[in-house]
Amino acid sequence: MRSIFAIILSVFTTTVSASPFPSTYQPLPSSPTLITNATILTGDGRRLDEADMYISDGKVIWVGEGAVPTEGVTTIDASGKWLTPGIIDVHSHLGVYPSPGVSAHSDGNEATAPVTAEVWAEHSVWPQDPGFSRAMAGGITTLQILPGSANLFGGRSVTLKNIPQNTYQGMKFPGAPYGLKMACGENPKRVYGGRNQAPSTRMGNVAAYRASWIRAQRYIRDWQQYEQKMAKQTSGAETDSNSALAAALIKPPKRDLELETLAGVLKGEILVHMHCYRADEMMTILDMADEFGYQLGTFHHGVEAYKIADELAKNNVCGALWADWWGFKMEAYDGIQENIAIVDRPENSCAIVHSDSEEGIQRLNQEAAKAMSKGQAAGLDIPPERAIRWITSNAAKSLGIAEQTGTLAPGKMADVVIWNQNPFSVYAKAEQVFIDGAMVFDRNDQTLQPVSDFELGQLLEAAP
Amino acid sequence: MKRQFFTLLLTLACPIAFAQDLLITGAKLHTQSAAGIIENTDILIKDGHIERIAPRIPTNKMIRVIDAGGRPVTPALFAGVTVSGLSEVDAVSEAVDSSYRELYTELMHPEFDVRMVYNPHSSVIPITRIEGFGFTLLAARGGDKTLSGQGGLVRFDGGYSSFEGKPVIYIQTSGRSAGSVGGSRVAHWMLLNQVFDEAMTDEELTLITPQGATALKTATDEGIFLFNADRAADIMRVLAFAEERELSAVIHGGSEAWMVAESLAAANVAVILNPLKNLPENFESLGARLDNAAILHKANVRVIFSSGETHNARKVRQLAGNAAANGLPHSAALAAISSTPAAVFGGEPRSLSQGARADLVIWSGDPLEVTTQAEHVILSGVPDTMVSRQTLLRDRYLDEATDMPRAYTKP
Repeated sequence: MRSIFAIILSVFTTTVSASPFPSTYQPLPSSPTLITNATILTGDGRRLDEADMYISDGKVIWVGEGAVPTEGVTTIDASGKWLTPGIIDVHSHLGVYPSPGVSAHSDGNEATAPVTAEVWAEHSVWPQDPGFSRAMAGGITTLQILPGSANLFGGRSVTLKNIPQNTYQGMKFPGAPYGLKMACGENPKRVYGGRNQAPSTRMGNVAAYRASWIRAQRYIRDWQQYEQKMAKQTSGAETDSNSALAAALIKPPKRDLELETLAGVLKGEILVHMHCYRADEMMTILDMADEFGYQLGTFHHGVEAYKIADELAKNNVCGALWADWWGFKMEAYDGIQENIAIVDRPENSCAIVHSDSEEGIQRLNQEAAKAMSKGQAAGLDIPPERAIRWITSNAAKSLGIAEQTGTLAPGKMADVVIWNQNPFSVYAKAEQVFIDGAMVFDRNDQTLQPVSDFELGQLLEAAP
Repeated sequence: MKRQFFTLLLTLACPIAFAQDLLITGAKLHTQSAAGIIENTDILIKDGHIERIAPRIPTNKMIRVIDAGGRPVTPALFAGVTVSGLSEVDAVSEAVDSSYRELYTELMHPEFDVRMVYNPHSSVIPITRIEGFGFTLLAARGGDKTLSGQGGLVRFDGGYSSFEGKPVIYIQTSGRSAGSVGGSRVAHWMLLNQVFDEAMTDEELTLITPQGATALKTATDEGIFLFNADRAADIMRVLAFAEERELSAVIHGGSEAWMVAESLAAANVAVILNPLKNLPENFESLGARLDNAAILHKANVRVIFSSGETHNARKVRQLAGNAAANGLPHSAALAAISSTPAAVFGGEPRSLSQGARADLVIWSGDPLEVTTQAEHVILSGVPDTMVSRQTLLRDRYLDEATDMPRAYTKP
């Protein structure tokens, strides 16, 4: 139903510029690399022991067995070490709420109106946030930067490759779709209700979402009618000067940045990332997505997602969740540590461990480890090769980049982490991190540990 | 006066009914004492206290036996500086008692003692306890912005007044909090000097009530002052103030404490820190680094861990594990969440030797590892039921759905 609607709409392309602020990302220099004797978690549920992997030209060539050129190949002996796909965090505010967290840097929430679908997180990203390099040391190769949750429609997200460039364009994941951040529940109603304006209730939240979707539908129709008129005037064998004149007189609808983003969702081009805690509210949102014919992408935080795990899987919706955070507000009161494990249980599920934290993003492996062990203690069979999906392939699916990264399948981007041991441990450390085949971090080589401009030269007199 | 009040409560409401004798067999006992780690030992517990530690202690039918099977046993852990039993939900202000605001006196109130309203029945407490935690340091937060009030250690045994140790007074010194105190951290020190002068001499009281002056005097004589300070320069200012006023100080925050480790060691001032902090999250913590605790420990500074979180206080164990992964000896990391906070704040010793209160945990593995579970939590010799509101929610939703709504499933 939804997909038919999307297909019909996508026939009529809008005339807006396809990709302003385009990605200028280029993979860093790399050389063909053979990694040997590692315990490999492929990210698609498999585990290979004492296995090899070969990457070249920025891509995974093979995992397990395959041919290697006789010359020009760097070999890394990873005996006793573990190898995983690069870690992906689907929920970060690095760059938009950077360190230092002074008010001059507070660029994550355009909390001046409840509907700000027109803002784009990338225009707030400060690439010098020291948090990016800390995340890299934790194995993060891709991350989604989201606007905050003060607003019902918070704006567009951006997906970045975690390399230290001094523009966000230089980090922008090539071809990744945009996301739209939306928020349920307490935050919007607290922020705006506190100013005695709408929304101040959950029903106010839903009314405002729906009013916006209705405007977006109208916007799509206006553009369709314009395209149809134009097509009529300019079609046919002869294009005389009269019809050209007539076409020129057809005025296009006025571009509206807010509605462009919302229309992008309805057309299936922009993925919805919805901050939502309570089970009942998530079901309301799924019904609303049906009403307006769009596919919901991912619920974020979903502290009560375990109560509706089957419905999430049935609706092909991901749940990006914390391992153990709870109780800081009322809608987080029913949090349990088995949330991720229970959401992961149904067939076709898409459980994700996210951070929403400049600390948590540095050790997403530990967060996954906690969730895995709590699931195991509750009797669920979750080996590491399954749990690693929560921070790799499932995260890639949520961001619409599963074709490019998230597993170690041949042909995918060579985004890889070599861990000093089983990553599901408090003692595990990412030793080497590869992005598109280039080694961007090496724990044992200071020349491969980037330092942001902000940190350069601080505390000179205090250096040990 | 206040101490009498607490003593009265203690005698009226003794929470623990001492149960049958308990024998733990085959423990890898982290004693947190000079005895270090004792492998494969038995622990006999009588009347809530450790009666004997030895291999192969004989048992009888009257004794309950729990076999540790070689697994680690540690003291019940320290949950950090929290508002457990003072805050049901942090963002629900009507359910939070850990701070006051807009108090009509506009004075400093060191006598604002959060222990007065501590609620042992908060769902937070069993949720934290079953993860291996036996005590916390109750915090007063907010307050007049320079001086928040006082708290102290409390045991998670369900008692209404299971308090231990010394009164702890909370003081802010940071630039961030100074925003509401005239926009400069100078204002904190200006006001602190004045209020201490008033409390300690016969000066007219202008910043404090007579009760507050008494509380400040008492704390100076026998309590602890916990100073929030991250920047090295601010820590040095605290050390100078503590020396001048002859009071016991502890640093809370301490992101740059490693830069002044020698001074902290010389002043014998302990540091409560979060070992996960490694970002310049403000201009007071440009020096934050993962091996802060390791450097301090090496310089003989006593280190304690706290995340500042209450509901997820159980994460403190992960903090200690990360400190151990970044150069702090494992035993010191464990001490930082057990024996050290107990000693610094004057609580019962959290070392497991004969005669000690039997507050201990049997773990499934390394107590600092994130995949390790607390299998048995024992407070005063009584094994916990290991049930919390969260385990009940889990059990309600873990089973497949039935014809009846989940509300009929009461695990």
